[in-house]
Amino acid sequence: MSALIFLLLAALVLAAALTVVVHPSPVYSACALVVTLFLLSVFFVALDAQLVAVLQVIVYAGAIVVLFLFVIMLLNLTQTEPRPTAGAPLVAVAVGGGVAVVALVATVLRRVAPPGTPVLPAGFGDTAALGRRLFTAYLLPFELTSVLLLVAIVGAVGLAKRRP
Amino acid sequence: MTPDVAIAAAKVLFALFLALQVMGLGVFFERKVSALIQDRIGANRAAIFGFAGLGLVNTLVADPIKFLLKEDITPAEADRLLHFLAPCASLVPALATFAVVPFGDVLEVGGRVINLQGAELSVGLLFVLAMASLGVYGVVLGGWASNNRWSLLGGIRGSAQMISYEIAMGLALIGVVLTYNTLDLQEIARAQGRLVWGWLPAWGILYQPLAFIIFLVAGVAESKRIPFDLPESESELVSGYFTEYSGAKHLMFMMSDFVEVVLVAALVTTLFFGGWQVPYLGRDGFHFPGGATLGLPSLAVVVLQVTAFALKVIAFTWLQIVIRWTLPRFRYDQLMRLGWQGLLPLSLANVMISALVVLLVERGA
Amino acid sequence: MPPTAPLTWYLGLSAVLFAIGAIGVLIRRNVIVIFMAIELMLNAVNLTFVALARSLGSMDGQVIVFFVMTVAAAEAAVGLAIIIALFRNGETMNADELVTLRW
Repeated sequence: MSALIFLLLAALVLAAALTVVVHPSPVYSACALVVTLFLLSVFFVALDAQLVAVLQVIVYAGAIVVLFLFVIMLLNLTQTEPRPTAGAPLVAVAVGGGVAVVALVATVLRRVAPPGTPVLPAGFGDTAALGRRLFTAYLLPFELTSVLLLVAIVGAVGLAKRRP
Repeated sequence: MTPDVAIAAAKVLFALFLALQVMGLGVFFERKVSALIQDRIGANRAAIFGFAGLGLVNTLVADPIKFLLKEDITPAEADRLLHFLAPCASLVPALATFAVVPFGDVLEVGGRVINLQGAELSVGLLFVLAMASLGVYGVVLGGWASNNRWSLLGGIRGSAQMISYEIAMGLALIGVVLTYNTLDLQEIARAQGRLVWGWLPAWGILYQPLAFIIFLVAGVAESKRIPFDLPESESELVSGYFTEYSGAKHLMFMMSDFVEVVLVAALVTTLFFGGWQVPYLGRDGFHFPGGATLGLPSLAVVVLQVTAFALKVIAFTWLQIVIRWTLPRFRYDQLMRLGWQGLLPLSLANVMISALVVLLVERGA
Repeated sequence: MPPTAPLTWYLGLSAVLFAIGAIGVLIRRNVIVIFMAIELMLNAVNLTFVALARSLGSMDGQVIVFFVMTVAAAEAAVGLAIIIALFRNGETMNADELVTLRW
């Protein structure tokens, strides 16, 4: 992916991420989140992670954000905050945040040694490669994750149930 | 570089063209087949210079012109941007899925071997599921952005139904993946060219009949067609989530409905009925089981394959239309019960049985 | 192998995304938007993992992304259930006013 396309997509991702955080209406934040996730999926494809890219769209953009939208719409949570953060606290957080970003980026870029051209094995990022890794070295976390999902389902149903 | 881009663009445009033509035919069939089933004639009044063409002019010329020229009303308190984007969000994922549907084997022209599939993704089946997941947004945003009680209710019902049947659809597809050992739709279509016992084409329906039924039911539910059309039930919710849409945006919602019909038909043919496979037709001509062969040039083979694909897709579109005009509508709780307590356990059982059979066959072989 | 942008660019992008998410959690008071900012942070981390997986030639990064997605889904489900339960009890959606557990 040439530098120009990367910069264009990165600009779009950052614009969408800023919309998520800044827009007063939660519905628009959710839509901007979908756009961000979809664009990140494009980055994953460029990084030879095809299965992860498609999973990102199916799981994140297609299920989690739909869940967000359901809750927002069913409970009609579209009112904006009565007292949005403004004035001195906002300036402090923005300045602090900006400094933190610069520090983070500088640290990351200084500590990471520029790697050589990677030699990727054939079928890198394929479903078969991910599956092989997942079901051999990471089998225990995989089984634990299924238990985690079961616990989450039971918990969610129990918490959201209407008490008679 | 440029010939590759031109060829890829041509393939994608052809796939889209095929999809939209069959969609147009589907709209026409809908009117005529429904008329036949209900013992009436159907729309046949609109005519150009006296040529009414059995209602073709009415459905394919007059109706689109009517839709495009109607006033485009946005309700006063509605969210303008989302009201505008919702039909697009419904149509684009449905059309995008046609990029991975193969409509032929290979075309050998000028020394190049062109794979007749819009985009060759190694994870094609998951791409289909991803686009199905994205189709939920058109429904839920359209319902909410109309600022109308009935629309919101229709939108929430529609999206809940869609996400419930996505699960059954995905699990049914896992059975297919286990059988063919690949996620690429073109490879699945190619693998159905083998002959079982020397004469029977190894189409998917032989190996995965239960998955076919589950996928067909889940696909019809996913596209919110009768008997699963409670989100847009005309007798209950005015028009459900597209109540407040008129003119071109309404046309886009209707289009996305029919494009999904064609999509389900295309996927069912590719996964379970051989896709573009004509029985006994290989890349260089017919190879009959008795031993007789009939050599054919590559172009003739491709034309035969594309025609076979189109005919199969039209057959399944026709099937969905007949189902629509025959069955009554499900009640919402019946619909949810069917999805979660009927199709989901069935598809899980299908996955387990398929995995067991594949394991035993591999061990025995 | 098609050329990709240098690794440092990807790491920089995910650092900025993470910072945007962190600022979102700190500034916004609506609990659902706070939740969405958390998802943004998780995705920034996913991008880091995938970029490093490619540059080191190991599939482990992508496996970890798989697990992050699963955990994020479970967390989103439970978190939204908590929000629904809060709403049912007539609580506000403003994080500043949810102070019952504070000492």
